[in-house]
Amino acid sequence: MSEGTASAAELRDTDLDGPELRARLARTWGTGQGLIARLSTVDHKVIGKRYIVTTFVFLFLGGLLAVAMRLQLARPESDLIGPDLYNQIFTMHGSTMMFLFAVPVMEAMAIYLVPLMVGTRNIAFPRLNAFSYWIFLFGGSFLWIAFVLNTGPDVGWFAYVPLSGPEFGPGKRADVWAQMITFTEVSAILVAIEIITTVFKQRAPGMSLDRIPIFVWAMLVVSFVVLFSMPAVMVASTSLILDRLVGTHFFNPAEGGDALLWQHLFWFFGHPEVYIIFLPGTGMVAEIVTTFSRRPVFGYLALVLSLIAVGFLSFGLWVHHMFVAGVPQLGASFFTASSMLIAIPNGVQIFCWITTLATGRVVVRTPLLFVLGFFVIFVLGGMTGVMVASVPIDTQVHDTYFVVAHFHYVLIGGAVFPLLGAVYYWFPKITGRMMSERLGRWHFWLAFIGFNLAFFPMHVLGLRGMPRRVYTYGPELGWTDLNLLVSAGSLVLATSFGLFAWNVVRSSRSGDPAGPNPWGAGTLEWATTSPPQPHNFDRIPAVISREPLWTPRDSLPVVTGLSVENRELVVSTLTDARPELRESSPEPSIWPFITAIATTITFVSSIFTPWAAVWGSALIAVCVIGWFWPKGSKEDEE
Amino acid sequence: MKTHPVEDLSHLPTYGFGAQSPMWWGTLGLFAVEGMGFVLVIGMYLYLWFINPAWPLGVTPPNHWPGMLILLILLASLWPNAATERAGREEDLPNCRLLLIVMSLVAVLVVGIRFYEFTTLHVLWDTNAYGSVVWFLLGLHALHVITDAGDTIVLTVLMFTRHGHGKRFSDVSDNAFYWYFVVLTWIPLYLLIYWFPRM
Repeated sequence: MSEGTASAAELRDTDLDGPELRARLARTWGTGQGLIARLSTVDHKVIGKRYIVTTFVFLFLGGLLAVAMRLQLARPESDLIGPDLYNQIFTMHGSTMMFLFAVPVMEAMAIYLVPLMVGTRNIAFPRLNAFSYWIFLFGGSFLWIAFVLNTGPDVGWFAYVPLSGPEFGPGKRADVWAQMITFTEVSAILVAIEIITTVFKQRAPGMSLDRIPIFVWAMLVVSFVVLFSMPAVMVASTSLILDRLVGTHFFNPAEGGDALLWQHLFWFFGHPEVYIIFLPGTGMVAEIVTTFSRRPVFGYLALVLSLIAVGFLSFGLWVHHMFVAGVPQLGASFFTASSMLIAIPNGVQIFCWITTLATGRVVVRTPLLFVLGFFVIFVLGGMTGVMVASVPIDTQVHDTYFVVAHFHYVLIGGAVFPLLGAVYYWFPKITGRMMSERLGRWHFWLAFIGFNLAFFPMHVLGLRGMPRRVYTYGPELGWTDLNLLVSAGSLVLATSFGLFAWNVVRSSRSGDPAGPNPWGAGTLEWATTSPPQPHNFDRIPAVISREPLWTPRDSLPVVTGLSVENRELVVSTLTDARPELRESSPEPSIWPFITAIATTITFVSSIFTPWAAVWGSALIAVCVIGWFWPKGSKEDEE
Repeated sequence: MKTHPVEDLSHLPTYGFGAQSPMWWGTLGLFAVEGMGFVLVIGMYLYLWFINPAWPLGVTPPNHWPGMLILLILLASLWPNAATERAGREEDLPNCRLLLIVMSLVAVLVVGIRFYEFTTLHVLWDTNAYGSVVWFLLGLHALHVITDAGDTIVLTVLMFTRHGHGKRFSDVSDNAFYWYFVVLTWIPLYLLIYWFPRM
């Protein structure tokens, strides 16, 4: 091992200071201007921003579909949208929101923020990160292109067999759904591995486990949940596509298969998925509450243990989605108990945040408003969650609008409100400009009122028997007025998002300059410029407390000795973050992009011919060899 | 923000082995994902067995000799694999080259036996659910062996070029680490595929 063998002539950060150090590091770590350079970038901030923008585009597309559904349901027997298109629309809405927005947007925020928050210069495996973005973009585009071509999936976002199987799902619609899963899950799993490795091995010296910011803890737990849950949906969708394409019988009862097997596989992924979406939201809430309470978070240990407990418990709930599918009574009782149990660590988190706010010097700005909105909406969603965990209630309201109301309260309340707060909170870091506070307050109140108008009446509609996934209803059923109210609320909610988009565009052009730490926050991402330099930090911080910027000192302790000419970062030990290596971080490469194109050709072709899996694998193998073959750079030849 | 240096890290090495190396952790992450995939497909097999009293649905289970041969070869390969990992850590280029050739041949041999086995199975994937899940399990493991064979062959060629030094030794050691996973996963699959239906 080349212990301290870097040549004496190599320029280190000990030899330089100030603007010259910054300029040289920026040159070493920067992304070029040409098209090839942009396609080759491995900077976590550039890729993170692309990911965030792409996921928000999918959010707006999914939101437009929701508005279309609400226009159709605003009055009885409306003929605005026919049943076939309606089936595609609700499937596209659910699939887009879950697979192309909710999970990837949280990972996208982590891709941007985690390396900054742990004080490193890039994410672990940055080329894999670039590859994961391209795969995600191509997979999402594939789904939407198919939809535009009237081949959008029409089997619901969980694609139950036999409806999605070869007998009842002719054409390519269900195949498009299954292969979109492959794209997005490959992408999500790769990002999870990158985050785990970054948090385990690239934390700034001194950032021991008990000094990791809560958001980073949340993303670490989520990444583990991704590792162990997403293989289930990949196994499920692969089996489905095999049943459809080459005649296997996994889900065919006539040949020994079983339809409920699909539900087990899907929900073994699908329930942890809820926490994959929700836990990052709790991490964001913790950061925002801490900063705007002007005090360290109350109950750090309890919060971290709650995150870990939720991560474990999330794997023990999946059968509560199948209570009406005829599961044994003992099993149903077990899953009722575990579904209620998970409310305990979630409750602990809520109490910790309320205590932090109650004992802090609270400053109410837009990010905190969204957190306060989160408290109200999420707690309501949590309470209906405890209700539907009970088999008798679930049996009554299963597949009704009560469930639609419940999961929108949990997902929008638990994830989207914290996410919007997080966007207001970290926007100044990402762009260097503040978002408009006035527009932000309008946005919050329109979103809060619009959301409750749109979703609260759905509880009542569900209790009155309105089933989900119907494209219309008769006037005699007594659902007309509430549906009109829901549709009006959805328009208010949609307007709030329009205002949000306007605020983002306007503020990124002409918002007030933010400076490095506009909120007076305590975590490391605020120690660098806004937006951060390509190399994140001129010198890597040495961490001595949980909120390094709140420690009363005149200056930040840093470590030195890294190369200025090559992309070096500090690799540290797992528990107490003692520095152990100066490892090179991969340089930009076009190969991740090329490999993603090869993978896309393979995945898309394989819904038409199984042989694509054979020749496509060879194509991907050639690209991967090109990717990994050393090109003679310093990083390769270390 | 003003800063003050507290520690100089220029003495630190530029690459490491095992748990020091981020790549080792990345490989471990892949084990977790792929291991979970195996666990789930094994779960599918057992689920289908549980709901079908007539398992294996009137089909003769696969001849156990190819699987046994693969098991013996994989177990025997643990020794040269451990030696490869050690040669990587010791940055012993001649031994790395020799042992990587051995491990490439082992992987190709296992792939060859597996493809032969596919032609001798008593059931096709589209015969019934038993056939589907047996082909799925064998295919999944074959995919891992093929991937590792590809990795090992490319790395072997690499170590014969001018690039075969420094950090590449860490890659040799990580590649050997992955082979342990391939061997480890075959043991429960072997018992499940060949002996469970005969019980």
